[in-house]
Amino acid sequence: MKERLQKIREEAIQKIQSSDNLDKLNEIKVAVLGKKGELTEVLKGMKDVAAEDRPKVGQLVNDTRAAIETKLEEMKKKLSEMERELKLKNEVIDVTLPAKKNNVGHRHPNTIALEELQRIFVGMGYEVVEGPEVEYDYYNFEALNIPANHPAKDEQDTFYINDKIVLRTQTSPVQVREMEKGKLPIRMIAPGRVFRSDEVDATHSPSFHQVEGLVIDKNITFADLKGTLAQFARELFGEDTKVKFRPHHFPFTEPSAEMDVSCFKCGGKGCRMCKGSGWIEILGCGMVHPKVLKMSNINPEEYHGFAFGIGLERIALLKYEIDDMRLLYENDTRFLKQF
Amino acid sequence: MNTPLSWIKAYVPELHVTDQEYTDAMTLSGTKVEGYERLDKNLEKIVVGQIVKLEKHPDADKLVICQVNIGTETIQIVTGAPNVFEGAIVPVVLDGGRVAGDHDGHKTEGGTRIKKGKLRGIESNGMMCSIEELGSTRDFYPLAPENGIYIFPEGTPVGADAVEILGLHDTVFEYEITSNRVDCFGVIGIAREAAATFRKPLVLPEVKTTGNSEDVNSYISVEVEDKDLCPRYCARVVKNVKLAPSPEWMQRRLAASGIRPINNLVDITNYVMEEYGQPMHAYDLSTIAGNKIIVKRAKDGDEYTTLDGQVRKLDSNVLMICDADKPVGIAGIMGGENSMITEEVKDVLFEAACFDGTNIRLSSKRVGLRTDASGKFEKGLDPNNAGAAIDRACQLIEELGAGEVVGGMVDVYDNKKQEKKIKFEPEKYNKLLGTDVSKEEMLEYFERLEIQYNEADNELIIPTFRQDLECDADIAEEVARFFGYDNIPITLPSGEATAGKLSFKMRVEAVARDIAEFCGFSQGMSYSFESPKVFDKLLIPEDSEIRRTVNILNPLGEDFSIMRTTSLNGMLTSLATNYNRRNKDARLYELGNIYLPKQLPLTELPEERMQFTLGMYGDGDFFTMKGVIEEFFDKIGMRDKPEYSNEDKKPYLHPGRQADIIYDGRVVGYLGEVHPIVLENYDIGDRAYVAVLDMPNILPYATFGRKYQGIAKYPAVTRDLSMVMPKNILVGDVEKVFEKRGGKLLESYNLFDIYEGAQIKQGYKSVAYSLSFRDKERTLEEKDIADIMEKILKELKEKDIELRSL
Repeated sequence: MKERLQKIREEAIQKIQSSDNLDKLNEIKVAVLGKKGELTEVLKGMKDVAAEDRPKVGQLVNDTRAAIETKLEEMKKKLSEMERELKLKNEVIDVTLPAKKNNVGHRHPNTIALEELQRIFVGMGYEVVEGPEVEYDYYNFEALNIPANHPAKDEQDTFYINDKIVLRTQTSPVQVREMEKGKLPIRMIAPGRVFRSDEVDATHSPSFHQVEGLVIDKNITFADLKGTLAQFARELFGEDTKVKFRPHHFPFTEPSAEMDVSCFKCGGKGCRMCKGSGWIEILGCGMVHPKVLKMSNINPEEYHGFAFGIGLERIALLKYEIDDMRLLYENDTRFLKQF
Repeated sequence: MNTPLSWIKAYVPELHVTDQEYTDAMTLSGTKVEGYERLDKNLEKIVVGQIVKLEKHPDADKLVICQVNIGTETIQIVTGAPNVFEGAIVPVVLDGGRVAGDHDGHKTEGGTRIKKGKLRGIESNGMMCSIEELGSTRDFYPLAPENGIYIFPEGTPVGADAVEILGLHDTVFEYEITSNRVDCFGVIGIAREAAATFRKPLVLPEVKTTGNSEDVNSYISVEVEDKDLCPRYCARVVKNVKLAPSPEWMQRRLAASGIRPINNLVDITNYVMEEYGQPMHAYDLSTIAGNKIIVKRAKDGDEYTTLDGQVRKLDSNVLMICDADKPVGIAGIMGGENSMITEEVKDVLFEAACFDGTNIRLSSKRVGLRTDASGKFEKGLDPNNAGAAIDRACQLIEELGAGEVVGGMVDVYDNKKQEKKIKFEPEKYNKLLGTDVSKEEMLEYFERLEIQYNEADNELIIPTFRQDLECDADIAEEVARFFGYDNIPITLPSGEATAGKLSFKMRVEAVARDIAEFCGFSQGMSYSFESPKVFDKLLIPEDSEIRRTVNILNPLGEDFSIMRTTSLNGMLTSLATNYNRRNKDARLYELGNIYLPKQLPLTELPEERMQFTLGMYGDGDFFTMKGVIEEFFDKIGMRDKPEYSNEDKKPYLHPGRQADIIYDGRVVGYLGEVHPIVLENYDIGDRAYVAVLDMPNILPYATFGRKYQGIAKYPAVTRDLSMVMPKNILVGDVEKVFEKRGGKLLESYNLFDIYEGAQIKQGYKSVAYSLSFRDKERTLEEKDIADIMEKILKELKEKDIELRSL
């Protein structure tokens, strides 16, 4: 009996060791430990064993079973690992094959520039508002201290619908509409389409966009205007950006200025983009003219304000180095995809 | 405005600056320098030489060999110039020097380097120069020969710097003068700014009394009928005019300012116009009938020939200068052919007047003639300047010996323009600027600007040439300019904090952009105005509301003449552009307004409606488009199922592939395949799909509020329904039955198969749905849904929809 068990054990372990897959291992398990397996057969023969030997033999059988099971388990683990290894090996892919993309669309460069501006000014506490694109002559001109017969009202600049209604030539009328609401203080920007009677070419378009800014409060100063726009320029063009304010003239601001920023391409050394000057003209601004405040029922003795106007296309063209304004309105997807 | 720096320095003699310093400082004080050009650009090693000996070249007929004394030595130069002679004093560029151009007047970038060499075997050690080679023209140097070497006058010091002698060490500056600074359209105005900017004294030309003992009133009388258009009219007379070229210095200044010298008389009027910014006119006195000038309006329909020979149509708002019988010039715009100065002129009538700027501007537009003079008048000139200018002109006449000036001036000037007075309030200026400039410093700025301070009344007295100074803010700007915009501190607004935000509309639009782009659409932008022809291209019927448009009175041509009432044309034009450029497929969207008149003709502003327009060709179909819309609705909280109706047919869309988009019973947009004829009209050779959402109709339903609904704990029971139905029944109708009969327990339904063809009888289709039922509180059992299914099936059957299998 002992020899038989020994034999079963040796043979089983030998078979287990030489098996090379999990199926075979299972067959061995059934053949040895199954209902009709060899070891089970031995157990069935226990009734022939003398009663006093039974515990001993029983112990022997159990040891044999335990040994075989341990071996089986050991082998099973080893084979599983091997199989997983093999599977992983067979599943190698060419990671340089093309990606499966969603082909997400692209935002217009004007909008990207506008969102940048909005982000900056909203962060400074400005509300973004809108006004009509077809506008009363009063809001577009008169209320902005551009009286009838002012050269800026010349037909060559303004599109007229009739003698009272025009296509707004600037976003400044939104200033007046906000001031008229009578809610002070005001911190707003107003982006939008504006129209001027310019023939289409590489640098002109009869329709383009501006972003108007207006701050009205007690104690607002020209120094505040400088500080605000300097911060804006740094956020838009980079921390090292320098600004320069030059006196200028606009009918609805006094004092007025134009702001240049240090060229963000050459850093101010002078290049093609800044025409060698190191500076790029970015916007017009100034302190709101007392006449404009008065017309909008704001007391200029009590309140001051500043305003600025930014050409959105100008920012987009400069920032993204687009050399022809017409590209912005052709909507060629090969152009749009670059943004 | 272009002016040589030498002319400015004539009035600011202590001004010593480099071109760049001048540019920067003037620009920062408000007189913007657009650019400058050095007249001695690329001129190097050029001296005055004298030809001491001249011989023929042995081997070339057209060349001569010159021995030229250049002060330090005598050098040999071979030249082909025809006008050289022994004793001639000439500009000589030495070996290694540089000239600006060739003798044809063509300038070379960087100039031309001159080296010694041999000409037909004879050594030549430099070059004698023409005025063109020196980078200039005969307009600047009228005495220069038309073809040949420039010859200096006798006595010019040999060996001296020729460029210096020619006055070419000068720079022409170009200024951008803003419309409010009328005074700076004259050299004196700019000189005043320069003097104030650099804190140097301003020395103006001294205008002396001129004229003989005669009285101008015996030569001419002036009557101004329309005083509203002519606040001042000054006239003086010059007898026995001697036409001749004006002196070189005057010609050079005019040429540098871009004005071609003609003769002393014309040059003097132009010179004074540049200097004082006051246009002048000269009439041939013999053509003035009745020795009388009458300033009055023309009559409607009048015609008049200006001195350029053109016949001009006039109207009763055009101011004319007339004599006793006839018009002799259009006031402020151009003189007449019938009174112009000719070679035969003997006596001249000088006019310096002030006309109403707006009238001149409008007249010049209607007459169709804009001149240097009208360009100045239309800005509104200072009438006090006119008298000074005409006296200056007469002084120049005398100095140049151009004629005999008659004593006195006819001056029709009823309401003399008075100086404005503004209260001096330094603390206000500082408060507006955020500065702390002392009162004394401010007064110092003002003094340099000729603004006087009356201490007794604490008033600033504003000179009449500064019409732009009207209020505190204007004065504050003067302080800022001379304190320096650069020196104003940098601060941020104090005061109450405000919340920065986008409007709700903008936030919804931002989601529209995100979704469109996520679905592969790129953002386009098209013009708000278009051609009225687009309606025909879009097959829009003649009587359609869409054809009622807001029209532009003065469009850039018909193609940009109406404000769009539909966003489709812009989209289809953009798709066509992409198609024509062979882009395989294109997906575009636009967020832009259409403009709908509330009534025509327009009395109030049109309604501007934001349209979210999508368009595509290539990949994708109707249902792709539908998917974008539903994604968008979902993201802006429009969670009800939109309905689609194809009842209202749009002519520009495929009749069988279009639908109105209905939300909560309201049409909020439409989508469809573009009609093949429209595609043809736009030259798009592929099927194209569009969708238009009317944002004002969407906004009331949009919300960014969200509420968590819980995640189902109990399992769903699903039933698959496979049906056969006539083809014309819409699956939407089937879904309506589910919605109506499904009750609370019906959680969702999902179409998983639709089929026509073999096995299905002609005219029918097979449609399969999976219905899912669920209760939040418990696990459903078979019997819970049996009732519901029965109701659904019953109603389907009534609609001629049969079950294939369950």
